[in-house]
Parts: sequence; structure tokens; C-alpha cells
Amino acid sequence: MENYIEVRWHGRAQQGIVTAAKVLGEACLRSGKFVQAFPEFGPERMGAPVRAYNRISDEPIRLHCQVTEPGYVLIADPTLISAVNLTEGALENAIFIVNTPKGAKELRAELGLNEKKALVYTLDATKISFETIGRVMPNTPMLGALAKVTAFITLDALVDNFKENYAKKYSPKVIEGNVAAMNRGYEEVKGE
Amino acid sequence: MAITMTKGQTGLTGNAAIAVAMKQINPDVCAAYPITPSTTVIEDFSSYVADGKVTTELITVESEHSAMSACIGASAAGARVMTATSAQGLALMWEMLYIASGMRLPIILTNVNRALSAPINIHCDHSDSMGARDSGWIQIYSETVQEGYDNLIQAVRIAEDERVLLPAMVCLDGFITSHAIENIALLEDEDVKKFVGEYRAQNSLLDTDKPSTYGAMTLPDVYINFKHQQSQAIARAKEVVIEVGKEFGKKFGRTYALFDAYRLEDAEAAIVILNSAAGTTKVAVDELRKQGKLVGALRPRLFRPFPFKEIADALSHVKAIAVLDRADSMSGFGGPVFNEVRSALYDADKRPKVMSRIYGLGGRDYKVKDALGVFNELQKVLETGKVETLQKYITI
Repeated sequence: MENYIEVRWHGRAQQGIVTAAKVLGEACLRSGKFVQAFPEFGPERMGAPVRAYNRISDEPIRLHCQVTEPGYVLIADPTLISAVNLTEGALENAIFIVNTPKGAKELRAELGLNEKKALVYTLDATKISFETIGRVMPNTPMLGALAKVTAFITLDALVDNFKENYAKKYSPKVIEGNVAAMNRGYEEVKGE
Repeated sequence: MAITMTKGQTGLTGNAAIAVAMKQINPDVCAAYPITPSTTVIEDFSSYVADGKVTTELITVESEHSAMSACIGASAAGARVMTATSAQGLALMWEMLYIASGMRLPIILTNVNRALSAPINIHCDHSDSMGARDSGWIQIYSETVQEGYDNLIQAVRIAEDERVLLPAMVCLDGFITSHAIENIALLEDEDVKKFVGEYRAQNSLLDTDKPSTYGAMTLPDVYINFKHQQSQAIARAKEVVIEVGKEFGKKFGRTYALFDAYRLEDAEAAIVILNSAAGTTKVAVDELRKQGKLVGALRPRLFRPFPFKEIADALSHVKAIAVLDRADSMSGFGGPVFNEVRSALYDADKRPKVMSRIYGLGGRDYKVKDALGVFNELQKVLETGKVETLQKYITI
């Protein structure tokens, strides 16, 4: 069990976190990993808090339960802090990546992690996505940020996967915008 | 639909994988009505129809009762027929399920397991397919996305085998398997085409040179004889499932059997459990094996017909068994799999202690710790030789 990397995504419906989990899973699979990517389904209405999960491993994954003790928590919407328990079950040394214009230190306090070993990183993914993709889609820069602060996925793997697998679905302009968003997420994410 | 490639593997959800299998099988007719969580099977498949990837006649109907009725008509006419549904959808098909099996029509249905109302719930349990367990359909259960895909391809061969000629349903867990992306190795279109072969109905309603009647009125002089033949046919399906599973393994490297026995050879305690939760149980088995505990798991793959002899043989040396059901028979006497397994063990020389645990209804999560808790209870049975609580709900 200790061999699994477990990721929990928090967002609001329509912010693209289910897609983010899917894209992360695909990119990891492409890098030779065994993956799971699955959403938590509940009432599906725009703006409702939603969660999505990844499991990533070097071995076939047999677990088919929810991710309850994530090592990585990605928060696409900072307004969830007052609405949802975002730190629930997270490992002692979990990595938190939050979409916010605020600094990591401030977010650590807001998340109630001051006394904890957890690492907190922030980036303004809303601004980045607006400037690169042309609309608010914080999930894409957050994927780039994840590649920066973790070892299990590289920016190249994310970008290559996106270019190859989504070329049919999206126009070159959209692909370009998303790749730029990943790159800027990678560059602009900051810790304490 | 996600397509990524590494070592020949792709990442697909269970439903997307089922739709790919349907595309590769290219049935003559698909009649369906959408219902969560099986909806995306038909959503994906209807894109294949619209894009000309298949030559299937897609019939969109106004209810599941009509969907199965259309499947029956098309199958009786000699077509290879497929559909997909869940929960209330399968329940609404109920009367037609019996007609499909009674007419010996090899229709293939994917059932994405979901809880039955009320209260309304869209998440996984097995109350839908367990409600159809006596309908005369072959039932094959799937642990993973890969197995759901592989099972659907094999189901065509099993159902259409001349020794069988019965409808078959392939079951996979709603959301847990249907909506989760996992690694999967897809087969080549040509290989699937060759494996399933061409379907030639023995008796087609449209064959005017050889007129036939389906489902005609029968009086006490023959009805029971039809049922006797049907009963013999579904019993024969067991051998065909074994043969097809072996042939599939020989051709594609993944062999399938009647059930999946995990670290069972020397086990003193074991959990019997269907579908995706078996994977979580295997993780618990490994944890306990590390501590030197002799534990194992058995996951029935074929539930209808029930391979009672083979499962009894595999379990007869085990001393304490917990059968975990994701459905309740509401009989006051445990779940459906429990009743089958316990009954199958009645003739064992050293009858194991067997208890029923109902888990995960309506999508309630079943974790490693839940499996460990059951093994803990089994340990007590080993120590005392007594089952303290024959049946109870867990994960509550």
C-alpha cells in the first residue's frame, strides 16, 4: 500500500478538476505507470464542491476504494477553504498546491497547517489560465505546478501527452494555450 | 475518451472500454435506453454508429422494457444483439429477461451495477443483477476495467455456443469501475472479429425456407420440458466458460476461469467477494500474509450458472469463510452469494464455518480496513470454532 501515490483534487463543478485527474492519469500512464483516475460523483450542478482522485503506482493497482489519505492535495478554488475540510485525512507530510494570488505562508495559516509538516505551494492559476487559455480553467496551470513540486510526473510528460492526445479534440490554438498554461504553472508556483 | 499508450496500454474508463469492445464486436443491432451509470456505454457506442465505425442498427427506445423487447425481436430474427443498462433499467426489463432466456436468445447485456431504489441512489451495489439471478441469464462479474472488456468479448462466444444458446450479462461496478480510468490493453479489431466469429442463428424468424416459432403458448404437456432443456443448457454453460476463458488466454495472454482464487491453497480463513472489492480484499490478504496469517480470497467470476462443485472444492480446506455480499436478499438469512456458497459447501467432508457480511450498499466505500476487520472476525472463529454472528452489515 505504501507504494501508491494518492492525489486528491478539490474544485467546484465546471472548473475542470475531473479532466485534470484524467489528464494526470494519462500522462503518468504514458510514462509507464499504472494509474487510476476517478471522480467523486454527487449532485452535479455548476459551482458545487467536487473532488477527483488519482492513484499512481509502478505496479498494477488493485485497490478500488476512495482515496482518504492523500499525499497530494490540489485545490483549484480558494473559496472552498471555508466550505470544505480540505486537509481531511491528508498525510502528515502532504503537499498542498492552492490556486490563489496569496503567498504560501498565508495559505498555510488559512488551511490550519501552521503546526504541521505539510508543504504548501501557491500559484495564481486563475490569472494564468485567463491569460493563456482565455478563460478561467485553473486545472491546467495546476498540472504544471504539480510537475514542478513533485518527482512522479514531469512537465514534458504532461505537455507531450496533451499535444498528442488532445490534438483531435481541440484546435491548435487551444492546445497552445493549455501548453503555455502548464509551462507558466510550472514557472510561477511558489513555496514558502 | 482517453487514448494514451504505454507498453501497449491505454487509459480508459470501464464504460469506454465496454463501448470499444462493442465497436470491435460490431453487433447487428443495439437497442438501449440510457440510465446512470451505464449511460456512457451507449453514448460512446452511438458515436461509433454515427461516425460509421460500426454497421450496427442502433434503436433508441422509450424505456428499458422496450429496449429488451427490441433486442428479443432482433435476436429472434437472427441478429447478434447487445445492450447496456443499470439498476431500475434492469428492473424494468425483468419480464423481458425471462422471455429472452426462455426463447434461448443469445443477447449480450452489460449491466453496470447500481443500487435499486428506494431510497434513490445512483451508486454501486449488486441488488440489480442479483434481482435477475434466476432469470435464466448467464452472469459474469468483472473486477477491473480490463476484465469487463475481456468478459464482454468472451460473453459473445459463450452465449452463442450451440451447447448454450442463452443470453448473458456482464456485470461491472458502477462508478468504481465504470467511471474510473485504469490501464487496459486493448485487442486489435481484427483479433476480436476473429475471436467472436460470425453469428448464424439456428432458427431465424426471417428464414422463410425454415419457418420457426418462438415463445408460443405451451400447456402443461410441454412447458416443463422446455424449462428442463433450458436448465440443462445453462448448466452446460460452465464448461463453455472454461473453454472460452482458456482459448482467450492462449490467444491474448489473459486466461480466465470460473473464479479467481487468491492465495487460497493453504488458507485457513478466506473472504468470498464479487467484482471490484475483490481487489481491495487482495491488498488486505497481502498485509496479513506479511504477518504470517494464512488468509486468502475467492472472487466468483461466473455466478450464473453457479459453479458449486468447483467453488466448494476450492474452499473445502478453508476453516472459516466470510461471504461478502453487495446486495441483501431481504430473506433475513444473509446475501445471495452467501447462500450459494454455504449451500455448495454442505456436502464438504469438513464443512467450513461460513458467515454472511453485507457491505457497500449504495456505493458505501469498502476499504482495506473493512476487509481486515472481517479477517479479524474470522480469526476469532478459528480460535473458538464458533461463528458468533452469522450475519450482519459492515461498512456502516
